[in-house]
Amino acid sequence: MAEHPWAPGGDRARWQRRAELFAYLRRFFAERGVLEVDTPVLGRLGVTDPALEAPAAEGGALQTSPEYFMKRLLAAGSGPIYQLARAFRSGEVGRRHNPEFLLLEWYRPGWDDEALREEMDALLAPLLPGFPAQRLPFDALLKQVFGLAWREAPESAWAEALEAHWATLGREGDPLALAEGDPLTILEWLYGEASETLQAPTFITDFPPALASLAALRPGGETAARFELVVAGVELANGFQELCCAKTQRERFEADRARRRQLGRPDVPVDEALLAALEAGLPPCAGVALGVDRVLMLMTGADSLDEVMPFSWARR
Amino acid sequence: MASYSTNEFRSGLKVLLDGEPCAIMENEFVKPGKGQAFNRVRLRNLKTGRMWERTFKSGESIEAADVMELDMEYLYSDGEFYHFMKTDGSFEQVAASASAVGDTKEWLKEQESYQIVLWNEDPISVTAPNFIELEVVQTDPGIKGDTAQGGSKPATLSTGAVVKVPLFVNQGEIIRVDTRSSEYQSRAKG
Repeated sequence: MAEHPWAPGGDRARWQRRAELFAYLRRFFAERGVLEVDTPVLGRLGVTDPALEAPAAEGGALQTSPEYFMKRLLAAGSGPIYQLARAFRSGEVGRRHNPEFLLLEWYRPGWDDEALREEMDALLAPLLPGFPAQRLPFDALLKQVFGLAWREAPESAWAEALEAHWATLGREGDPLALAEGDPLTILEWLYGEASETLQAPTFITDFPPALASLAALRPGGETAARFELVVAGVELANGFQELCCAKTQRERFEADRARRRQLGRPDVPVDEALLAALEAGLPPCAGVALGVDRVLMLMTGADSLDEVMPFSWARR
Repeated sequence: MASYSTNEFRSGLKVLLDGEPCAIMENEFVKPGKGQAFNRVRLRNLKTGRMWERTFKSGESIEAADVMELDMEYLYSDGEFYHFMKTDGSFEQVAASASAVGDTKEWLKEQESYQIVLWNEDPISVTAPNFIELEVVQTDPGIKGDTAQGGSKPATLSTGAVVKVPLFVNQGEIIRVDTRSSEYQSRAKG
């Protein structure tokens, strides 16, 4: 490659597909009376989630998702809203990751998570084959791929399932050493490996409470109303029946910060503006974030984001 | 020595792993279930050519390897080492061991250009050009009239390599061979 490569990725046909996709998404939501909004990418704070790092920028941080600002709009009575938002995540570089990417994020006040999944089916059916997607609870996925009833099984059985899976794939190294024996990491990893095996479009639903993120727990507290959409082994979306309780949200933020301390990650203050908005009253709602570049990657049969983004990380 | 963090990984990067020089072939960033992130990396051991697959925790660093790839001209063998010369006008020479030369020994022809991988300035691998023209030093006489039938016979080349050639190829002729597959391509022109 030349010393100063200037050429963008893809070709005109790919850029046109990208523009057509934006137009289609905007039309879809306009027809359904969902309001387009835009919120700061340069926010005051990063995010407490221990697995995410927001790039620092003047006066704050580039946002890892527009979620908190959009929830503040919802609490102020916006009604249904969507955004085609630039999102930023430090250090996430790979075939399917770019530190700057495009999220389609939307919220439906008064809807539950299944109603939102049905809308996602309607949105994606014209774009990708295999929709409506199948629904598969988290437990059933782990049972299907590893034969593991993980709730009943001891943590040592999770570890064995992970090791056996690695051996089957011929991977070198010890996954347990990499996970430092941490049960939560092992469970996340089992989930990751299992979801990669899914080819047909699948909504994985009903996550363990430990992986609830910003989702509300189902009545009884057995599972969280979080879901992911996986197509051809690629995670396309992450959605929640949103947690509306300010007190529980604060507890989760503080748990995140404790985990950050444990992992030696930099501390991130709690977003008090979000908590105040929840306190003022976030309407019950379901929300989801869809990776637009990844959708385009699957639509065009591309093997990497570089082929569908004019200027990926390596081409800046 | 310099080192690379996982977020600098890209294909072509030369790194030291278990004390062996490797080239990164593929780097896959994985983040299962939004948790701890990893890099799944495929590497080629530059000494043995073997592929390795390793997983690193994101943010980990590994040492860089001082590896250079150069085109050099083959000069001669002294029985133990194989001597090559830089083609940049410096006339600088390096001596490659039999293990560095490996199977490329069968394709060594004087004044031909080879790709040499140097690690800490020592040659660790020698790659022949994809196509090379060599003289047939021994082959059985062809049978007249068999040219259209497409039969073949073994032929020993000036470097010692043995390849299958069409029946019409005679001893003393120069042929073009694909060194990757050891397959006869054509009679050399001119």
